[in-house]
Amino acid sequence: MSRVLPMAGNLAVLLVGLGVLFGLPAYAETYLIINATIFASFAILAVSLALIWGYAGILCFGQAAFFGLGGYTYAVAAINFGDTTGAAVLAVALPAMFAALLGYFMFWGRISDVYLGVITLTVSLILYRFVNQTAGEEWNIGQAPLGGFNGIPSTPILNWPGQPGEQLAPENIFSLAVGLLILVYFGCKALLATKFGRIVVAIRENETRVELLGYDARVYKLTIFVIGGALAGLSGLMFANSVFVSPTMFSLPVSGQIIIWVIIGGLGTLIGPVIGCIMMQVLTNWLGTLNQVPGFGWVDPNLVLGVILVVFVLLVPRGLTALVSDTYGWLAQRLRSRPPTAEPDAAAQPETAP
Amino acid sequence: MSFSRRRLLTTTAAGLGAASAGPFFIRDLRAEDFIKVAGIHDTSGGLDIYGKQMVATMDLAVNEINAAGGLLGKKIKLINYDPQSNIQFYTQYATEAATKEKVAVVHGGITSASREAIRPLLKRFNTLYFYNTPYEGGVCDRNIFCTGSTPAQTVEKLVPYVMKKWGKKVYTIAADYNYGQITAKWVKKYTQDNGGEVVQTDFFPLDVTDFGPTIKKIQAAKPDLVMSALVGAAHISFYRQWAAAGMNKQIPLASTTFGNEVVITSPEEHNGIIVAFAYLEGIDTPVNKAFVETIHGKYGIPHMTELATMTYHGVHLWADAVKKANSIDRMKVIGALEAGASYSGPAGKTTIDAKTHHTVLDVYIGEAKDKKFNVLESFSQQAPADTAAVCDLKKNPNDNKQYVIDVKT
Amino acid sequence: MDYVIILALQICSAVASLVLISLGLAVIFGMMRVINLAHGEFLMLGGYAAITAFNKGVNLWLAMLVVAPLTVGLFGVVVERLVIRHLYGRLIDTMLATWGLSLAMIGFVTVVFGNTVSGISAPLGSLTIGAYRTGAYEVFLIFVALVLLAAGWSVLRYTRLGLIARGTMQNAGMAAALGVSPSLVYAVTFGIGAALSGLVGGLLAPLSGVVPTIGAAYIAKAFITVISGGAAILSGTAIASGLLGTINTAATFAFTPVIGEVALLIAAVILLRILPQGITGRFFRRAL
Repeated sequence: MSRVLPMAGNLAVLLVGLGVLFGLPAYAETYLIINATIFASFAILAVSLALIWGYAGILCFGQAAFFGLGGYTYAVAAINFGDTTGAAVLAVALPAMFAALLGYFMFWGRISDVYLGVITLTVSLILYRFVNQTAGEEWNIGQAPLGGFNGIPSTPILNWPGQPGEQLAPENIFSLAVGLLILVYFGCKALLATKFGRIVVAIRENETRVELLGYDARVYKLTIFVIGGALAGLSGLMFANSVFVSPTMFSLPVSGQIIIWVIIGGLGTLIGPVIGCIMMQVLTNWLGTLNQVPGFGWVDPNLVLGVILVVFVLLVPRGLTALVSDTYGWLAQRLRSRPPTAEPDAAAQPETAP
Repeated sequence: MSFSRRRLLTTTAAGLGAASAGPFFIRDLRAEDFIKVAGIHDTSGGLDIYGKQMVATMDLAVNEINAAGGLLGKKIKLINYDPQSNIQFYTQYATEAATKEKVAVVHGGITSASREAIRPLLKRFNTLYFYNTPYEGGVCDRNIFCTGSTPAQTVEKLVPYVMKKWGKKVYTIAADYNYGQITAKWVKKYTQDNGGEVVQTDFFPLDVTDFGPTIKKIQAAKPDLVMSALVGAAHISFYRQWAAAGMNKQIPLASTTFGNEVVITSPEEHNGIIVAFAYLEGIDTPVNKAFVETIHGKYGIPHMTELATMTYHGVHLWADAVKKANSIDRMKVIGALEAGASYSGPAGKTTIDAKTHHTVLDVYIGEAKDKKFNVLESFSQQAPADTAAVCDLKKNPNDNKQYVIDVKT
Repeated sequence: MDYVIILALQICSAVASLVLISLGLAVIFGMMRVINLAHGEFLMLGGYAAITAFNKGVNLWLAMLVVAPLTVGLFGVVVERLVIRHLYGRLIDTMLATWGLSLAMIGFVTVVFGNTVSGISAPLGSLTIGAYRTGAYEVFLIFVALVLLAAGWSVLRYTRLGLIARGTMQNAGMAAALGVSPSLVYAVTFGIGAALSGLVGGLLAPLSGVVPTIGAAYIAKAFITVISGGAAILSGTAIASGLLGTINTAATFAFTPVIGEVALLIAAVILLRILPQGITGRFFRRAL
């Protein structure tokens, strides 16, 4: 019983994922494909934070730093190399290395909780400020101008490996983004099921106890932080291919947005943040089409988003996934308890069942 | 702007109602009766100050055309998108406008970044594009028409004017992005061409609000005048702090970017600043006076800028070309526009330059005076010389990029 | 010589501005361990309150020194009762809720006031120092920062209110056992923090103007200053502001404004690496 439910859940996620991957291009219009590509790129970013915050308990306020770094690394390398394959690899490797440096700096300094948040936030602000002022010609890396505030509009699209000039079509980019999202999602699931994953979760619960058991918590935290950084870089790579890179990738609102997705979807799950991300994207996208005539019935998107965030933190603090599973558990219990058999509420709490 | 809680509640409720119905809208079967036109302007977030007035003038232009019988016997239907000052939404909405709504033309984009986000997309989807904002110049693409002024057009006239008036030693302060950087180069070029000297150029990221150190640096350099190419809400602080230090009575200011700021700053802070734009509210023609009155009254926009007025011109230029081509087919309309299309409106006469797809326009030098700009001098039909130096779409119709204009100083 | 004086004045001004924009946040963080991410919008609201009052005919000084803090203080108490009260002890959740609040406030102010509200010019005219001129109002703000720090210190040190506040800060459970209602103390603290932000927002309005999104320009700096300062409200903020403000101004004068900003941020990161609990987490622990 205890294994069946998560298995069914995973299967359902996989089926939905594959359905989107193969079904959407056949039926959907172009604009839906483009939107879905952007959503999938962001969903990878949501998973990256879900992993390090939800499972390792590291609240990173600067996940956008790795996201932006991935995008910029890709754009600069692709312009200089001609072929994009190496650039794509770098776009994951460089943020990972940067995460390793930053993580070493923080975890070996025993910096925790809100201070860690401030450092990550500050680092992403530094990168934002830096990239924002690179409009001048002195900021060309090889043949790639960094472009300052305007970003790099000529970010090249990925080509088939080894065949520069053979660019991927938007449908291919879509398939790649959704395919990567599915891979990343199940990869993280698998990682969390290993011994390593269990130790990481244990550190979140009680770091001292884990250290007393002989594990070096710093190494585990650093490793998961680096994985999170690499995934954020991957997301930046896909974003660069669906929009283009600009300094806003590093900005505070992007970092904040990721946190909103995670909190709305549900901290401590992987599927929740993905759902939260897609929901918020669809919502903000829709808000932008509302205001047809200036001054008449103007709906301010900031107002709507702000109210949603406050309401969620106050009323649904564990996010949508918890809300759904609680409601499901409550319903199941109601249905069970109607016949007067004293059955334990195993179905309601599959995690704790033997 | 007036506001009532009830109105907020009803609009929110209407919004929620529409939300639940949103995805299941039944396609409008009579959609063929309309010519669809899309506007993509930031009406929320940091750029809304421009976006809202651009939406207003676009709405006005479309209403006028519809009131005069529409185009090719059909009414125009305007679809507005609000990208919320977020580049990513430009990509999404441009694709939606081109492939789902199949609009005849897209007007929009405020920053250069937003333009470069949608320009390649609209080209790929064969949808005509109008960009109506003053920008750094250099875009060379047959699918786009840029109706705003470029730095060479305004700076060329402003620099000699203020140098003659105030002196030859110039200190430049500019926003730290492409537009500011290139404007600073043009300022340097024209200052030197007129026998002057730029003693120092400082660049500021768009979110800097503290100009104390800079104001002291300027005092140490003792220039005859300060050229400002500062942009955006944060940079307004400069004009306040400049006036608070009493410097506005010591060293005069000139600018090609000080526009809407005139509403937000007080007369003591801005009186005497000299600017150059392709449109000023103070233009003394009956057409402009009627236009300004409508925008102030009906749309509640307190001050009109070049961006909004050129959006108005842009919509009319497109509509006239559609009439002339007797079709909304993209290539036919481009052909009609390239054949010297011209529109005379509130900003004077705007003519399409076929070689660059930019516009030959009237440039006005004005002085800020009690929350308005008085026109001091006007220069009719200034050509987009900067873009013309790098772009010739007649010779190379397949060009598709933004050139970096090399300013020789 | 003039240049040295003007440079020194500029450094004082930068430090004072950091103190001012951080103080409201520091009070709330120091007393309640709550990070108010809507702090920037509290400042913004103070600016709007002052300007609206002034445009309605209220005396400028009254508008800045009384109307702005009162409005925002009351608003703070309402926010505390409606939102913050439910989230004590949940640092991250309060940050998220106040962030939502900040977005909602930006949206709400845009809807109510529109985005083009004309500002007020700085009063007091200008001062001449040798060949240089500077705004007298900037000097006045340095004075205000000093007064606020001194007043805060006196209140905490010498009054019964200060005693209760310090007690609750050190051990809320013990204070409650001795008959102090922590809920009341928190509500009052949040109100005072908000009122301080409102006061500063009102005072800064003549220099920075008001737009709905101006809060973003302040929040990151205030946040970093408060965290670098550590737990002690006044001395922490003052020392961190002194350090970061000096570095910022020196780098701005020597290089460019961007390098000034980046130098400030890098200094904060290094500081936190060396002193993970902020400056007053290691030094001056008994300070206020």
